[in-house]
Amino acid sequence: MAQNDNLEKKSSISAEDLARLSKEAEEEATPSSRKIIWNEFKADKAAMTSVIIIVAFILFVVIASFFIPAHDYKEVNIMSYFNKPFTPDFWLGADSSGRSIAKLLIVGSRNSIGIAIGLTFISGAFGIAYGLISGYFGGITDMIMSRIYDFMIMLPQLMFIIVLVTIIQNYNAVTLTLILSLFQWMGTSRLIRSRSLAESRKDYVAASKTSGTGNFRIIFREIMPNISSLIIVEMTLSFAANLGVETGLSFLGFGLPNGTPSLGTLMANATDPTNITQYWWTWIFAAIEIIVLCLAVSYVGQALRRAADSSQRLGME
Amino acid sequence: MWKTILRRLLIIIPEIIALSILVFLLAKAMPGDPFTGSINPHASLAHIHHLMRINGLYDPWYQQYWNWVVHLFHGNLGMSYEYQEPVTRIVGERAINTLWLAVFATVMTYAIGLPVGLYAGRHQNSRSDHAIRIYTYVTLSVPFFVVLVLGLWIFGYMLGWFPTTGSINTNAAPGMGSVISRIQHIVLPGLLQAFFSLTGIVQYLRSEVIDATHSDYVRTARSKGVPVRDVFRHHIFRNSLLPITATAGYAITGLLGGSVFTETIFSYPGMGLLFVSAINYRDYTVITALVLLFGFLNMLGTLLSDIIMAAVDPRIRIE
Repeated sequence: MAQNDNLEKKSSISAEDLARLSKEAEEEATPSSRKIIWNEFKADKAAMTSVIIIVAFILFVVIASFFIPAHDYKEVNIMSYFNKPFTPDFWLGADSSGRSIAKLLIVGSRNSIGIAIGLTFISGAFGIAYGLISGYFGGITDMIMSRIYDFMIMLPQLMFIIVLVTIIQNYNAVTLTLILSLFQWMGTSRLIRSRSLAESRKDYVAASKTSGTGNFRIIFREIMPNISSLIIVEMTLSFAANLGVETGLSFLGFGLPNGTPSLGTLMANATDPTNITQYWWTWIFAAIEIIVLCLAVSYVGQALRRAADSSQRLGME
Repeated sequence: MWKTILRRLLIIIPEIIALSILVFLLAKAMPGDPFTGSINPHASLAHIHHLMRINGLYDPWYQQYWNWVVHLFHGNLGMSYEYQEPVTRIVGERAINTLWLAVFATVMTYAIGLPVGLYAGRHQNSRSDHAIRIYTYVTLSVPFFVVLVLGLWIFGYMLGWFPTTGSINTNAAPGMGSVISRIQHIVLPGLLQAFFSLTGIVQYLRSEVIDATHSDYVRTARSKGVPVRDVFRHHIFRNSLLPITATAGYAITGLLGGSVFTETIFSYPGMGLLFVSAINYRDYTVITALVLLFGFLNMLGTLLSDIIMAAVDPRIRIE
């Protein structure tokens, strides 16, 4: 504080001038990477449409699932056993317990997307921190952290997840997300590590170090904002992949607890030979939804990557 | 070269130890004990305690771990609760099926991946290159199991081209007939697995070839008057194909990882399906053995890739 007062006394610039000057400087400066990405993105019509569709769909399933009482998708109704689709009461038909596929699909989408989002944030945050620290410090820290990474990448991850899910008593959506996160951070951390390694050699980091900034402040307040465009791209792409993680696990029967609808449990209807051919509506809508959702999210991710890559810009000026 | 291999082998030892400790602790965390199922209802509690004591279940965990490792080296993985047979025999029977599927899928991956990748790289930005890029985009985004289910539905059930379950037709004639039946059961799951695992190879080869096209040695060859065709055949392709050999180890790792889905969906009696059914029956000795085996095979795959890489690319050896 004392230093600041001192500076202000010495400077001959008035407060208004300072505000004006900094505003001018802001206008003249190269736009921030996030701003560039945003401009790029606005220019990409197909990607913009995908974003709107994804957001609208997520909002729809979240809001719609509030209006679907739990007994609607939990209780068995023998009268509507394998009701055909495209009928007034059952738009998308009914499954072997007579439950409406449309309702299961809405609630299931909410659960699956919710887990994918949670998984993306938890494993993403851990992977980013791991990669940043490993790349920044280098040396022995990096060596040990890389060994752990090498080890994790070699584990039969799907098997470990399934075993953990069966060992842990009465788990729920939160514990499931945490277990999955244990095995999903490696891809992100590897990418971030290589960027962090390159970034930590740059002049601004050296300058910051010389002026006495703490390591973790440099990592999280200086390097991380500088690679934010990469982080955004990586998080979007891993969201697309994470949609497949929970649904795949639920498909095998080791995902969400019994009786909780998910896109994966709907897909699991296809494991029955008569379901897959005769009662195709029990699973095919979930399959279509997963495919469309994953393609759309990953399209957005690739558009973001193009935007972040200066050599492929479309939307400047 | 030998130094690199030796160093790589030294690294794998602590990894194997870490893996075995992890799997051992998982096995300990599973409910039940080795005598579950083999004890009759009239056995007294004291008798069970006695059994547990003489089998060392009250020893400290590191002692138990050591005993477990010693048994492991003698090939003794315990008895399966579900099948009442030694685990090694059950896993061995299934391992052969998984092996056949993996071999077929690997061969298909390279047989399709190499020409497609080279073609895409040579004809960059052509119409077929765009089609290949759409294909990689789709396979990288859509979950593996969804495509497997759709493939089974379309080619197995709707078109009826391939059998939909099992590894062999029970009515197949012995000899040649059974071999043909086995192959028929492998084709669809193997092709679908290859369809996914060749994405990496195609992407990698494509960018290798494109990079090489702009390199100095290619320009030299062209200016000497070597025809384009020969430049590609003798210079670029040869250089681009070398590094791809190193992906072989990773390819095996990837196929093993996918086998849980493939074998469940196609009811193919391999190790992946055995794992899922062992989980459902809480057959813990089988689960432990499979997790350990898969982890070990993954390590071998990575080791293989690293060694091939060092053999093919001398720059990696310098460290």
